[in-house]
Amino acid sequence: MVSTCDSDFANLNKGNVEEEPHVLAVDDNLVDRKLVEKLLKNSSCKVTTAENGLRALEYLGLLDGKKSSMNNNALKVNMIITDYCMPEMNGYELLKKIKESSLMKDVPVVIMSSENVPTRINKCLEEGAQMFMLKPLKCSDVKKLRCHLMQCRG
Amino acid sequence: MEIVGQLQKQFVDFTTSLYREGILDGQFVELQKLQDESTPDFVCELVSEYFQDSEKILTNLTTALQQQVVNFKVVDDHVHQFKGSSSSMGALRVRNMCIAFKSLCEEKNLDGCLRCLQQLKHEFYLVKNKWETLFRLERQILEAGGAVPFVDYRFY
Repeated sequence: MVSTCDSDFANLNKGNVEEEPHVLAVDDNLVDRKLVEKLLKNSSCKVTTAENGLRALEYLGLLDGKKSSMNNNALKVNMIITDYCMPEMNGYELLKKIKESSLMKDVPVVIMSSENVPTRINKCLEEGAQMFMLKPLKCSDVKKLRCHLMQCRG
Repeated sequence: MEIVGQLQKQFVDFTTSLYREGILDGQFVELQKLQDESTPDFVCELVSEYFQDSEKILTNLTTALQQQVVNFKVVDDHVHQFKGSSSSMGALRVRNMCIAFKSLCEEKNLDGCLRCLQQLKHEFYLVKNKWETLFRLERQILEAGGAVPFVDYRFY
């Protein structure tokens, strides 16, 4: 299930990308999904959530065999934040799929995990993840993310 | 106004006790910081989601541990979910019980897991009860025309 919630700013600021980045947040845990969504919306981001890697790829138009040559969703997304531990397709595997896509490879991907495993962190960073964040997420974490995101596009 | 003062004091004392007893931790403060005028029910709704989700997990855990041949990987996956959501909610004792549970899964200790499940249920229903009381106290303050105090009681 994928849901999109527009922040109130959308109507005032007619899709000004600089002001409100569109973030795709992927997490199989319902509570964590709601939390990351709120954190991002409080930081003036538009948020779309996905409950697993497949749904995320589907949203981005990157699912093999279902590839659409032009997917508006992929073009709108400014950042992807994903949990690492997910069944069937974990965050690292999702990261790889995104980096393999010519359309999405330059979109920053942030990996979240409740476990501080250096080998896991390094593996993700080497594969091109922008940042690794430790759960549970706090208000200050998302602020850092936002600054980082603005700098990336600077 | 005196009623409001009394209710507010009751609320502060109760909330403080939850942090002192380690039932909740600083992550719950983080959740409250996210709540604003446009989303005044954010915390209450999230807690509600957590309750529903947790009940499902506890049912799944009970079932998984009742199987003829217990699949400890499946049990561990459920506990992992519970640990994650409990951690994000600031339900410290529940989270810590999940950590202990994970070790028992790794050891494939069935008796240990069964005992731990009982303790986990105890801790969950305890925090559930406390949260329900907390929100009831909040409602009483609001109904009496007062504002809910923000209790920022974090351990470093």
